Amino acid sequence: MGQFIARRLIWLIPTILVMSLITFVLMHATPGSPLQPLAANANPLPPDAQKNLAHAYGLDKPLWQQYVTFVYKAAKLDFGYSYIYRTRKVTEILAQAMPVSLELGAMAMGIAIIIGIPLGILAAVNQNGPMDYLSTFLATLGVAVPNFVLSIFFIVLFVIILHILPSTGGWNGPEDWIMPAFALGLGPLGILARYTRSSMVEVLHQDYIRTAQAKGLSHSGVVIKHAVKNGLIPPLTIIGPMFAAIGTGSFFVETIFRVPGMGRYFVDSITARDYPMIMAVILIYGVFLAVMNLAVDVLYGVVDPRIRLS
Amino acid sequence: MDAIDQTRAQDAPLEAPSGAAASILAGAAARRHRTLWHDAFRRMVRNKLALGGLIMVILISLLAIFASVIAPYPYAKPDFVAINAPLGTPGHILGTDELGRDFLSRMIFGAQVSILVGIGSQFIVLLIGVPIGAIAGYSAGKTDTILMRFVDVAYAFPQLLFVILIMSWRGPGLTNIFIAIGVTGWVTLARLTRADFLSMRERDYVLAARSVGAGPWRLMSKHMLPNALTSIIVTITFGVPQAIFTEASLSFIGVGVSPPRPSWGQMVGQYFTYLQAHWYLAVLPAVAIAVVMLAFTFFGDGLRDALDPHMQRT
Repeated sequence: MGQFIARRLIWLIPTILVMSLITFVLMHATPGSPLQPLAANANPLPPDAQKNLAHAYGLDKPLWQQYVTFVYKAAKLDFGYSYIYRTRKVTEILAQAMPVSLELGAMAMGIAIIIGIPLGILAAVNQNGPMDYLSTFLATLGVAVPNFVLSIFFIVLFVIILHILPSTGGWNGPEDWIMPAFALGLGPLGILARYTRSSMVEVLHQDYIRTAQAKGLSHSGVVIKHAVKNGLIPPLTIIGPMFAAIGTGSFFVETIFRVPGMGRYFVDSITARDYPMIMAVILIYGVFLAVMNLAVDVLYGVVDPRIRLS
Repeated sequence: MDAIDQTRAQDAPLEAPSGAAASILAGAAARRHRTLWHDAFRRMVRNKLALGGLIMVILISLLAIFASVIAPYPYAKPDFVAINAPLGTPGHILGTDELGRDFLSRMIFGAQVSILVGIGSQFIVLLIGVPIGAIAGYSAGKTDTILMRFVDVAYAFPQLLFVILIMSWRGPGLTNIFIAIGVTGWVTLARLTRADFLSMRERDYVLAARSVGAGPWRLMSKHMLPNALTSIIVTITFGVPQAIFTEASLSFIGVGVSPPRPSWGQMVGQYFTYLQAHWYLAVLPAVAIAVVMLAFTFFGDGLRDALDPHMQRT
């Protein structure tokens, strides 16, 4: 197990390097530079001053040298100063924005798990009953409707028609949390309910379930004690990547509800060619995704001892 | 086979003049006639949700194809006497936007972008994903290991972020959206194709073909690919709504289609700030996105169930 984790973590290094290199190349291939934005008159400085600026940020060096410097500094978690917020370090900005994104992601994930898994179990136990149809409906809605479209529907329903939630947005209290968390969580909720349902249906047809019922255990006892334990393995595997995806996918929800999270900075940094910020955000997401996948693989082995990690 | 069936069906009334026997024989002939696709189509049509999805997909495609005939105005034509016209204005049923462009026409033309991106990008995914997966799965061993390492690295990329990066590098526009979604979206298909090919390598029919001297190209294209086709088609079908979603997201933040071409995602992004005053401006394109994605998802679900009767919907 220790060896497995170590090997996966070591594999993470070349993966991240390739990812950073591709990002770096794409970013520099993008027309326009931080010093010469595409908009006319965006940078009124005289050429000499621009040259000094380029020198100060190291943008006058050859590209490979810039990349090596970046890797060297990034290894020490130093991403430099943001080009947009000149006095603030990238790490400083992200230290403020990331917790907000993570909070939103965690709430959405919490909603997905707390509602989605029981819904899936109930749907499997009452196949073709009302609960089953509700779960199918929510699952399809959650899977097929993009979260920014859901956000729009939520605003129309709860703010404009029902007037039960404020229209201000932000991230100050529960009334700000509800809509973004549900808009973001409904998709994962649907997927989880679907996964849980199909895996529970399969488990409920197993011989040991029949044995448990033959012994005279109550129906709910069989479901809770025998079926759930095995039925939850497949849904468990998708929780990790799902959580990572919610972190990256929350940009739209964050924009619509004016949540001061990380997503906003990514798009702003791309339009402004804020190189240090672009690199930092991509790498954080990449590492996050990889660690989540690793955590799931490890957890999978813990829950189901038949799976040997190698 | 076809010829034999036909002669039998013709012979049947001669051999057995009794009506019942004739219909049994004709039935048998008809049954032998059915192919995988016939069967799948019959199963699919019986599934109401899938059929609804298919009909919706066809309707939206027709809307996209004949947009310039159906739409009352060209999408970029401003009407300077009716700027920001409200709902129900004569001549502009859904009103106009801030440049006086007919909203209904822009909604209709928006279907073009969704359908084009959904199908076009999956075409690129197919061109990249299947060959990589097929070569990895067929060759196994070292080539497989190398290709799969490559796939693993690509799999670790946060897809949407890279699509946004590529779009800002290549600039907005339909072709670039195809490319951006295509080059980031092939990984799942490659993994799936590889797994299929890997499991087929030792099957008897592949060994038999190999033993009579079929080369790698023939083995892959004539013997293995047809057997992997159903899962490839299903994956591609599910890729379509995802691509539509990605395009809508890109256009929402303004790096998708290039103006003045309308896209539903771009309309949602542009008008969601006016929700309180003019709700329909953002809600109608949002509903359109939801409908087109639901239609493709239902259709994909039905197609999967229809193509693989063993994998019953549980």
